[in-house]
Amino acid sequence: MKKSVLFGTLAAAALLAGAASATTLDDVKARGVLNCGSNTGLTGFGAPDANGNYQGFDVDLCKAVAAAVLGDQSKVKYIPTTGETRFTALASGEVDLLVRNSTWTFSRDTDLKFDFVAVNYYDGQGFMVKKTLGVSSAKELDGATICIQTGTTTELNLADYFKSNNIKYTPVTVADDAEAQRQFLAGACDAFTTDASGLAASRATLPNPGDYIILPEIISKEPLGPVVRHGDNQWGDIVRWTYFALVAAEEKGITKANIEEVAKSTQDPEVKRLLGLEGDMGKMLGLDNDWAKRAIAANGNYGEIFEANIGSKTPIGLARGLNALWTQGGLQYSPPFR
Amino acid sequence: MSDTFIRTAMLPPQLPPVTERGAVKWVRENLFSSWLNAGLTVLGVAAVTYLVWLSLPWLIHGVWNGNSLNECRASIAANFGPDAGGACWAMIHARWYQFIYGFYPPELYWRPVLTAALMFVALTPILFSDNRRVAAIMLAAVAVLTILALALVQMPAWLFVLCSLGMTGLFYIGTEAPGRLIWVSLLYPFLTFWLLWGGSVWTPIMALAGFVLLAQCYSLLNARLGVVLATAIGIVAACLWWLLVGGIVAASAQALLPFGLVPVESDRFGGFLLSFVIGVSSIAISLPIGILLALGRQSNMFLIHTLSVGFIEFIRGVPLITMLFTASLLLQYFLPPQVQFDLILRVVILVTFFSAAYNAEVIRGGLAALPRGQFEAADALGLDYWQAQRLIVMPQALKVSIPGIVSTFIGLFKDTTLVTFVGLQEPLRGITTIVRADINWKGIYWEPYIFVGAIFFAACFGMSRYSLYLERKLKTDHH
Repeated sequence: MKKSVLFGTLAAAALLAGAASATTLDDVKARGVLNCGSNTGLTGFGAPDANGNYQGFDVDLCKAVAAAVLGDQSKVKYIPTTGETRFTALASGEVDLLVRNSTWTFSRDTDLKFDFVAVNYYDGQGFMVKKTLGVSSAKELDGATICIQTGTTTELNLADYFKSNNIKYTPVTVADDAEAQRQFLAGACDAFTTDASGLAASRATLPNPGDYIILPEIISKEPLGPVVRHGDNQWGDIVRWTYFALVAAEEKGITKANIEEVAKSTQDPEVKRLLGLEGDMGKMLGLDNDWAKRAIAANGNYGEIFEANIGSKTPIGLARGLNALWTQGGLQYSPPFR
Repeated sequence: MSDTFIRTAMLPPQLPPVTERGAVKWVRENLFSSWLNAGLTVLGVAAVTYLVWLSLPWLIHGVWNGNSLNECRASIAANFGPDAGGACWAMIHARWYQFIYGFYPPELYWRPVLTAALMFVALTPILFSDNRRVAAIMLAAVAVLTILALALVQMPAWLFVLCSLGMTGLFYIGTEAPGRLIWVSLLYPFLTFWLLWGGSVWTPIMALAGFVLLAQCYSLLNARLGVVLATAIGIVAACLWWLLVGGIVAASAQALLPFGLVPVESDRFGGFLLSFVIGVSSIAISLPIGILLALGRQSNMFLIHTLSVGFIEFIRGVPLITMLFTASLLLQYFLPPQVQFDLILRVVILVTFFSAAYNAEVIRGGLAALPRGQFEAADALGLDYWQAQRLIVMPQALKVSIPGIVSTFIGLFKDTTLVTFVGLQEPLRGITTIVRADINWKGIYWEPYIFVGAIFFAACFGMSRYSLYLERKLKTDHH
């Protein structure tokens, strides 16, 4: 009796394992919910609001993918991941997609066996100082005390930068952004360094933001983007092209508000292909033809998502900068939909 | 002629000198008994005064109403001058529900409230088994507080009336026949599960049926086969029931007689609700497991001894954070991706193991403190192993171990904050991070820590005071 139970369990496990080797797309469709790895809380990028609804720049990409694949942007289960658990959560299949301000690096792409399918935000490490310090460039920070989070790439970048410029600094190590901000405010350090987007958010919440400046030097490249597992290229393509659809929509002037109108009146063949009025691009991805239209209709195009969450009209007030379209001097560029 | 003086009346007693009485004496003896102590007293008073002087303005300037940190700052600047600092308690005010319930659906807050109330009701017969007065006071307080708390959260009126009547009824039972409340305690785990997670009522009933089956097997077979074999057969029967029959019966019962609550997913749990779910269930389960492990370690049977020692030493040798990462990450690799094994459940299981291993060692200390004569006396009376443990050894060993056990529990409860590292939203760091991610509250630092710390302190201090009460009550030696 017991033996047969054991065999039954093993057989069931084998069956389940067999089913597991199906594609991520099939898994997501069967489940009816997209498991999206998100941040436990990063201002503007991904955090639950007072009602527990996840919101932010990264979160809107999860919603767009859910809209494209499942037809409903609300069918997302957000799985909060920490800096320690994020990659294991993705590798073990707990999440289908990780959109959690993760920097695309060589070793993560190759050694950890992930694919960074796009860059939805080009960030870089910067410095914030008090205006009264009288410094206008990071190169003048010789001998300064600098608040820095331990165990992050920012720490290594900082060491590299000061070494290559042959100047000295004293690190004041802190555990997280909140502590860094408090130490900086209390005068425990002359400068505070972290990703420029984080600096802007921190500055916006200081008692007198005008008393502080963010120095012009950006000392590292931090391309942040959505990550999927190696080996399921179809799923990677879906996430990548959903993202490109949002960028292309901004390029073509398609917004959340006018998408229906554009779909009716457009004469542009690429827009027609993008919105599924011509050709069968959806089928090539394994989706239906309206996938991109739904993704754009969910929260608007790339520019709208940017402005709604972190743009210049929000308290965070980030400028588009590198994240402007390539036509406006930025790096956001969508390959052609053809 | 000698003029002898003979006193005929007693002098009225005089007061002791001023340095030997009242406050002066106390101060001299306790604060200024030597130059060294006098110096330390002055230093201590100076340090306390300095701390109060530093923090008092900050506390007094506290703002309770506002929608953002900047509003707090503006209000403080308006009232106390531009350079004044102050606490922004408005954040606690704005995010109070999130700190307490996490993301539990607001219209269902009555369920955690009721669960907490029933927890105290269920604890009453266990904690105050022979003190009817304290039990009655506790039940009355719980009933009143619950009705007040339920009045503050959204719920249908009929349900509010029903819950209030239920709480009053429990209070009545508690005062008239306190022994009956033990049934609440026994049903409580299943009730909690159903109330918090919702879903079909038949699932917890079928789980309960497994335990009833275990108890039945035990009572039928105990006389013939002995404690161990009867329990083992009972456990096998219960497991077979749970794995093979229970689910089907629950599903068909639900189809025939559908009754249930709105299901709530585990990822909605957060804040103190999460801390208490993890803390209380681990505490409740780890004590019996700890007792069994301690006995196993003392056992003469090689296999049981080795397994117990191996388990205890392995778990104690590994940091809790490693266990949590195992729960969150490693277990996922072993299980097929389709199996959604709830993260909270995984964490509860590993935290329970952790606490059980520590408890086992604490209780082993209690066992070692017993004189050998107690064991021999039990043998001489002709008691078998389990009778001897139940009637003679454990009551004494556990009494000795109370401070250690409660210390382990307090440590465990505070350690629940570590679950933040596996992405669960406990109050200290999880919810605090979420609140700080809101641009309105970014930059707030001390307030959430003070608030969460105060609640943790209240819970841990309560446990500590109860353990002192229990020690006094169980004190049987005469000095």
